[in-house]
Amino acid sequence: MGAEYLGGQFTAACLAVGSSSFADFLATSAPDLLPGARAAQVHGDLPHGTTIVAMDFDGGVIMAGDRRSTAGSMIAQRDIEKVFRSDDFSCVGIAGVAGVALELVRLFQLELEHYEKLEGRTLSLEGKANRLAAFVRGNLAGAMQGLIVVPLFAGFDEDTGKGRIFSYTVDGGRYEERKFHSIGSGSVFARGSLKKLYTEGMAEGDAITVCMQALYDAADDDSATGGPDLTRRIYPVVALVTQDGFRRLTDDEAAEYAEAVVGERMQSPGGPNAPLRQAGT
Amino acid sequence: MPFYVSPEQAMKDKADYARKGIARGRNSVVVAYDEGILFVAPNPSSALHKVSEIYDRIAFAAVGRYNEYENLRVAGVRVADTRGYQYAREDVTARGLANWYAQVLGSIFTSEPKPYEVEIVVAEVGDSQDTDQMYRITFDGSVADEHGFVAMGGQADQVAGVLKDRYSAGMSIEAALGAAIAALSGQGNGERSEINASQLEVAVLARGRVHRTFRRIRGAQLEDLLSKAKPGGKAAEGSASSGPTTPPKGGKSAAADGEDAAGEPSPGDGTAP
Repeated sequence: MGAEYLGGQFTAACLAVGSSSFADFLATSAPDLLPGARAAQVHGDLPHGTTIVAMDFDGGVIMAGDRRSTAGSMIAQRDIEKVFRSDDFSCVGIAGVAGVALELVRLFQLELEHYEKLEGRTLSLEGKANRLAAFVRGNLAGAMQGLIVVPLFAGFDEDTGKGRIFSYTVDGGRYEERKFHSIGSGSVFARGSLKKLYTEGMAEGDAITVCMQALYDAADDDSATGGPDLTRRIYPVVALVTQDGFRRLTDDEAAEYAEAVVGERMQSPGGPNAPLRQAGT
Repeated sequence: MPFYVSPEQAMKDKADYARKGIARGRNSVVVAYDEGILFVAPNPSSALHKVSEIYDRIAFAAVGRYNEYENLRVAGVRVADTRGYQYAREDVTARGLANWYAQVLGSIFTSEPKPYEVEIVVAEVGDSQDTDQMYRITFDGSVADEHGFVAMGGQADQVAGVLKDRYSAGMSIEAALGAAIAALSGQGNGERSEINASQLEVAVLARGRVHRTFRRIRGAQLEDLLSKAKPGGKAAEGSASSGPTTPPKGGKSAAADGEDAAGEPSPGDGTAP
């Protein structure tokens, strides 16, 4: 069906008065381009993305993801990226069926940009989080057929000057998380690690180290999560969102933090010890 | 069936109607400079734009009826975003959009009872100034492939005349803004009206930026740029003292000198007759 969207009907839809949502526009004028429209019964193992962690820190929010995708017990890709810039002040990480998830991210990025261009202003962080919830809910039929995708969304709230984190469930549930959160197959281990290492208002460098430790712990106990690959120089993707906007650590920067964590684990494989009792009690 | 009107007459009436509508508004200009493409439009509103982003390297400028060109702008963003989503971001081009706009405006002109009273420019910043593209599309769907600068509006010819004298390939953004203001304030005719930052809408497609290159210049940044770009200096003095007919040949170099001289602005410079 219509490979080239330039025909009369499509032109009429473009010129019609409508909403500022790109997804809504596609749904009425070019529905076959929307990812949800192609859901079908799936056979065999598809590549799955695994662990994403996020936490707030002094000045913003950080998100990091390992680089592995797995198809069943096989490693499908060693250097997949699962943490993305969604706009200047937010980022999104994905876990679940990689193909569907990447398409969802692409549509979400465009949705935010489209709104910004049409309206001349960006959506509020709350608005972005709600929009993503609608997209996840839109994939519910796919999720029922096994194409499960769960994003993690984080952004800098320009109104309050703080970082915020939102998690989702396949039914489109949207839950604001305080302090930190993790998703994906290794999330249980990562969250335990985050819980012990997180403190309120950490400096940026410390926050990066916490995320690296959490991802290391996830990779340590979850076979589907990849640890830092020193031989191939593949390190977790780390994104920071502050009042200066979105920034992804360069590979060299990420390498520095990852190698430091690996170096320490050479001495103590279980990672840093948390104090047994709270100081002063 | 009421009266017979020849197609020739009908088209002429429509064209006259559209031209009259466009001539009621102000002119706008688009000028290429070394690091990108500059858009300048007199516009007292800071919310209702005449210049807007369409895609990563493409912008849209228009004159005429606001509701009509706003409609075209929104449609352009939809077309561009759909294309970019369907294929890839680099597959969205100004040429493709210009053709699409031409089709739309052409069919509205011939088949709708009232033509759109608009004139638009679609510009794309390339990797170098040679690959910059500018297309001017008029109410009847005619497309012109322009180079260096474009003027839009009822007095487009006069405005373009001033720009032609002051434009030189590879000019700085300050020089380009100076030329744009000179053209818009009617200096080519010897008359001039003062233009200040609050009445100007200025934006650029900045070649050096990655991803989305469109950027508005406003507030303090615009004031600063305007102070460096006052169209004073030799070129302005020349045209003011020796009347409207002089600028043609020495125009280019004089303009360039003028911009350098305008490096240290004096506030009274622009208003001195």
